[in-house]
Amino acid sequence: MKLSRAEVEHIAELAKLGLTEEEKKKFCEQLSAILEYAEVLQQLDTEAIPPTATVLPLQNVMRPDKVAPSFPREDILANAPDVAEGCFRVRAILE
Amino acid sequence: MKYEAIIGMEVHAELLTRSKMFCSCSAAFFGAEPNTLTCPVCTGMPGVLPVINRKAVEYTIMTALALNCEIAEASVFSRKNYFYPDLPKSYQISMYDLPLSENGWLEIEVDGNSRRIGIERVHLEEDTAKLFHVGGYSLVDFNRSGVPLMEIVSRPDMRSADEAYAYLIKLRQILRYLGVSSGDMEKGAMRCEANVSLRPVGSAEYGTKVEVKNLNSFRSVKLALDYEIRRQSRILDERGNIEQVTMGWDEDRGVTVVQRSKEYAHDYRYFPEPDLPPLSISREWVEEIKAKLPELPDARRDRFVAEYGLPAYDAGVLTADKAVADYFEACVRAYPQAKTISNWIGGELFRLLKEAETGIEEVKVTPAALAELLTLVEKGTINQNTAKAVLGEMFRSGRAAAEIVAEEGLAQISDADELGPVIDEVIAAHPDEVAAYRAGKERLLGWFVGQVMKATRGKANPQLVTSLLKEKLQRRQ
Ligand SMILES: [Zn+2]
Repeated sequence: MKLSRAEVEHIAELAKLGLTEEEKKKFCEQLSAILEYAEVLQQLDTEAIPPTATVLPLQNVMRPDKVAPSFPREDILANAPDVAEGCFRVRAILE
Repeated sequence: MKYEAIIGMEVHAELLTRSKMFCSCSAAFFGAEPNTLTCPVCTGMPGVLPVINRKAVEYTIMTALALNCEIAEASVFSRKNYFYPDLPKSYQISMYDLPLSENGWLEIEVDGNSRRIGIERVHLEEDTAKLFHVGGYSLVDFNRSGVPLMEIVSRPDMRSADEAYAYLIKLRQILRYLGVSSGDMEKGAMRCEANVSLRPVGSAEYGTKVEVKNLNSFRSVKLALDYEIRRQSRILDERGNIEQVTMGWDEDRGVTVVQRSKEYAHDYRYFPEPDLPPLSISREWVEEIKAKLPELPDARRDRFVAEYGLPAYDAGVLTADKAVADYFEACVRAYPQAKTISNWIGGELFRLLKEAETGIEEVKVTPAALAELLTLVEKGTINQNTAKAVLGEMFRSGRAAAEIVAEEGLAQISDADELGPVIDEVIAAHPDEVAAYRAGKERLLGWFVGQVMKATRGKANPQLVTSLLKEKLQRRQ
């Protein structure tokens, strides 16, 4: 299966990536190759195998509703690109 | 042309768990200093592992059961991918193809007609951070990030803004009865979006649907939907096309405005959350939760009619809010005259609560204190009007009725010997009215009663005053 240029542009847009013409061409080929590999897998007969959401032999891993102390704010904000008024500061978001 | 509106609602409700959905930070973020209730999980740091809050799952199952849904045997959290600064992981953990529950219904009543509104699904996800816009920047507070958020999606079964309003009110009532969410829209604990489309009456096909957002109060839901229905009717009347867009309600201007073009569902690229093993909901657990469900509003309303002999209207008013219904039942236990209590709660007490802009949870008049007041009325110690004034004082100070009556000398005068001279004075002071009464203007009796009440500062027993007055006015004829 070959991805179209428009599809690559759409994916890039969703990932908020600005691609050059050259990159579009390159990713078109690479992503198409990945899809082709998936097509190989799709040839397997999985009729009798129930779909699964996990590869781990686990289910119902839950915790009781108990509060534990949060992290000090300085530690959390230490990772912020920019800080103001106890908040992470980012470029203006326009609705 | 006549159109029929097709409305579906998506409601998000923050759950009243103590901790967040996937970490142990406190979920009680309201009023907290920004980013003080955060950790690496709810700020989306790499390498962390979310763990499901069992209580949040339980609350969602409770809600789903109350909404007559089927509870899934297997449910899986999925990642919903999109970029926004309120979403630190660049995906929201939500549910997609295997939600916790599906296929329920909720009964609403509009203009005396009951209708069932289908519930498509009830699922669980996490809330996002809060953004503040200042100057050329946006500030992000992650206290709300990761708070358990329940999504309730209706089927497009509502046909008017009134029905959508009734649906929301009913839904909030149920959430509050269950104690799973405050349902407070003004505080953002309950948020809703509506899908609205129109079609010619009689047509079976759906028109293009428009999503309406930014509905921050019950009132704005009604206004926005009414507006949107009119807007779409106008476009269709002019043979225009409805665009599939997201509209935001502009409360100040009273209009809906285009927000952004619709993103298609597959743009979110959902896939199963690999960090969270699937849920397998045992039927035993579901039964256990079902057994713990409290009596729901409709059942309670019907029981109030059957058990206390209340009119349906009274029962509806008293059960609208669980706290009021609880208060009423506590009062009835202390003073077993349901209709009298209903009148006092629905009348004076509601008036006082409204005036003070407070709720019954805050009221200083305990059920036992109200019972005591009503006993004083029943025994004739005070009359109805004095009782209203005493209740007002009890409401303000929390003092007991008997104490107020004694201290302020409000006890009713039910002694004919004491009332006689007062009545004689009133009669003597108003010869013209007496003459008119005797000439047949019997309506004046009420006026005389009023004069006597005034002279006794409202304390006279009105029945006794009436009969004494009649007697005395006639005697000299
Ligand atoms: Zn946290």
